[in-house]
Amino acid sequence: MNKKAFQKYLITGPYLFWMVAFTIIPLCMIFYYGLTDKTGAFTLDNVLAITSLEHAKALWLSLLLSLASTAICLIMAYPLAMILKSMSVSQHSFIVFIFILPMWMNFLLRTLAWQTLLEKNGVLNTILSSLHLPKQNIINTPYAIIFGMVYNFLPFMVLPIYNVLIKIDDNVIHAARDLGANSVQTFLRVIFPLSLPGVVSGITMVFIPALTTFVISNLLGGGKIYLIGNIIEQEFTTAYNWHLGSGLSLVLMAFILINMLFTFKFDGTKGAVL
Amino acid sequence: MKLRNQKKHRKPLLLAISACTAALALLTGCNSNSEPKESLYIYNWAEYIDPEVITMFEKETGIQVSYDEFETNEIMYPVIEAGAISYDLVCPSDYMIQKMIENDLISEINFDNIPNYSNIDEAQLASAKEFDPENKYSVPYCWGTVGILYNTTMVDEVPDSWAVLWDERYKDSILMQDSVRDAFGVTLKYLGYSLNSTDETQLNEAKDLLINQRPLLQGYGVDQVRDKMIGGEAALGVIYSGEVLYCQSTNEELAYVIPKEGSNVWLDCWVIPKNAQNKENAEAFINFLCRPEIAVMNFEYITYATPNKAAKALLDAQYQENPAVFPDAAILSKCETFHYLGEEAEELYNNLWKEVRSN
Amino acid sequence: MTRQFLRKFYLCLIFIILYAPIVTLMVLSFNASKSRAKWGGFTLKWYVQLFQNEAIMEALYLTLILSFLSALIATVLGTAACIGINRMSKLSQSVIMGITNIPLLNAEIVTGISLMLAFIAFGIDLGFTTVLIGHIAFNVPYVILSVMPRVRQTGNASYEAALDLGATPLYAFFKVILPDIMPGILSGFLLSFTMSLDDFIITYFTKGRGINTLSTKIYSEVKKGIKPEMYALSTLLFLSVLLLLIAINFLPSKQKEKRQSEIHT
Repeated sequence: MNKKAFQKYLITGPYLFWMVAFTIIPLCMIFYYGLTDKTGAFTLDNVLAITSLEHAKALWLSLLLSLASTAICLIMAYPLAMILKSMSVSQHSFIVFIFILPMWMNFLLRTLAWQTLLEKNGVLNTILSSLHLPKQNIINTPYAIIFGMVYNFLPFMVLPIYNVLIKIDDNVIHAARDLGANSVQTFLRVIFPLSLPGVVSGITMVFIPALTTFVISNLLGGGKIYLIGNIIEQEFTTAYNWHLGSGLSLVLMAFILINMLFTFKFDGTKGAVL
Repeated sequence: MKLRNQKKHRKPLLLAISACTAALALLTGCNSNSEPKESLYIYNWAEYIDPEVITMFEKETGIQVSYDEFETNEIMYPVIEAGAISYDLVCPSDYMIQKMIENDLISEINFDNIPNYSNIDEAQLASAKEFDPENKYSVPYCWGTVGILYNTTMVDEVPDSWAVLWDERYKDSILMQDSVRDAFGVTLKYLGYSLNSTDETQLNEAKDLLINQRPLLQGYGVDQVRDKMIGGEAALGVIYSGEVLYCQSTNEELAYVIPKEGSNVWLDCWVIPKNAQNKENAEAFINFLCRPEIAVMNFEYITYATPNKAAKALLDAQYQENPAVFPDAAILSKCETFHYLGEEAEELYNNLWKEVRSN
Repeated sequence: MTRQFLRKFYLCLIFIILYAPIVTLMVLSFNASKSRAKWGGFTLKWYVQLFQNEAIMEALYLTLILSFLSALIATVLGTAACIGINRMSKLSQSVIMGITNIPLLNAEIVTGISLMLAFIAFGIDLGFTTVLIGHIAFNVPYVILSVMPRVRQTGNASYEAALDLGATPLYAFFKVILPDIMPGILSGFLLSFTMSLDDFIITYFTKGRGINTLSTKIYSEVKKGIKPEMYALSTLLFLSVLLLLIAINFLPSKQKEKRQSEIHT
């Protein structure tokens, strides 16, 4: 028995060491920096700085944009996953790959390409004006950011939902229909509740990166859209105030925690993604 | 059943992809595996050197150059101060060099290793004294001004005042500088103040103007301004003079002006950080860059004005006489150099800038 | 009928949105003008220059080796951990799985910054090793999530049977457990590889001098305009993955037919 216990710690040991050294200790560093000032004395100022006007505004905008893009992703992804599910088996893998394939091109480049497509004299506006339609001013507005978020994170919503949907036994659906439910009822009372874990993990996988991004707003916002992620990044790269940056990161982590609680409540697991 | 089949089907594909990439990695790895003895780590502005120059230097000296880029002085500084990454050679601007000297981050250069230093224009060395009083720490590399690049087909009259950046007619067609000192510098100049002002009321006034300007802007940018102006995306952009020749060579409709209120004249210099591990290689590289023919090569690639008088003499007359590249004394007399204003003022600037950006 | 049409239309629409940027990048790779904003005629010169561009080739090499190494190490670490965790008490299991979830649920920017702060605080010079550590740290949880369900399914019975029949633990592991959990290990490895390949934020905060992956290289080029060679490279990478996909999906049609008949029976 002793030998066995020793064995299991021997093989888990490296992993545990790794997680402590490179996940827990770094997180403690954020707490340390976030809760101290430049002299090393304890303070809550860095966390409370979120209430100052410019930080609160950025956080509010981040929340707004990320919620909007999560909602749009969900609305777009669910029908898509349903359609994918209904396709014949021979098309399955190919169709799924069509949706994963773009991810093999660097996401910065893909996002940047939207700049070329959306800008004032961009491809979209050239097409619109040749059709004698009014030009759209999308680039450097919050809409461009939402667009970029939806584009980048849509697969993270589609895949978990799809993976849950294909696991639903067709017989369950047939049973519901046999028992007299129409297609709307079947969807609302059978399919949707069964797919909830996928939906929840999809929401997490879209909401958190969207809330914390600084790259998309940098690439598509023309510097006019300032999200909380941008502020934190700037504190570390240009303003050189690691304490403030860490304090604001702690605030961000609070939101992540809220999201986690929400996830566990619905028993969605990240495993559904796989 | 369905799922199993599909998964089985997917595996070999993914496996093949990863096998190929791994093979490719090993293949490309074989070429670059020989470890060089001498190395040099440079940290410079983006696209601020002709890559061919680096290759020539490597061939001539056998020193392996590793090259990283930054976008603004403010991004560069924390990297050097944190010290977790040690560079041998950095190219900051005037006020940042002053800050680095004050904070004891850079070391004195051994000019015995840089005989070509004599090619540098005395006038530039004199202006370098503003931030490096004894010319001990820095070797000038490029200089220029900040001005307005405008598209002659979209702007009716020559925009010879900074006021044009607040002109309603050009709503959504203005590109503003995205670095704190440049943005405030321009605004303070427009208000008739010094761009080294630390006066809180003056700075607040500038901040309010910058906030008013936001709705008129198409965006902020440092280096993006170039591409957008070339593409005809915007009518006006605040830009460094060195970008003008490149922009004009791709889009003839563009012109450059230094507004009558005056502007910022800047000087970027090579400095060697205290924690540099290859100081002599760094000096060899500076010396290499100070060769007139190398400086000319560099100029033709990056099109930023060179303080190398021997190199300037070798340039075409059209460049030597181009006021956008080498402005005359009358214009320069209205321009100021940035100074480092101390920690307190810096924090004030940062906070005001954050207010502008998040508004 | 309309339903079928609507479905097709919707799929097409999504397809266009997904592939519009990729087509754009491909077109730009043939653009003779250096500026993204101007079309200067058709050229193949960027493809030639790509292979002479040391900086890009180095970034490519570094990206591939980094993804490969981090995926490999993460897979070994994670697989071993799964087997160990599975034999622990329920309480330790849930504590460890909780920790495993941290990098998954945390924001990448926070993970990146926390690693940077820790490296600097402990005086570790930022460089290739720190980037590798960062990548492994966010890859291991993905491995665990793919391997864990397999390990749970396998159970201990056959392993213990092998031991009873005189196999050494190591032999029993390789002959009994490993084949069973192999699919999980493979998908964990591939997932890690892909995540590393596309990562920008963690690399951005943990990288040191002279270390550039394709992502950080592209980010630093964004401002002055991406070098067209980069478009050429991504077009080539994309096309090679696409070709592989097509080859594997369509070429072995015999197998495919066989499988189809299997499904029908």
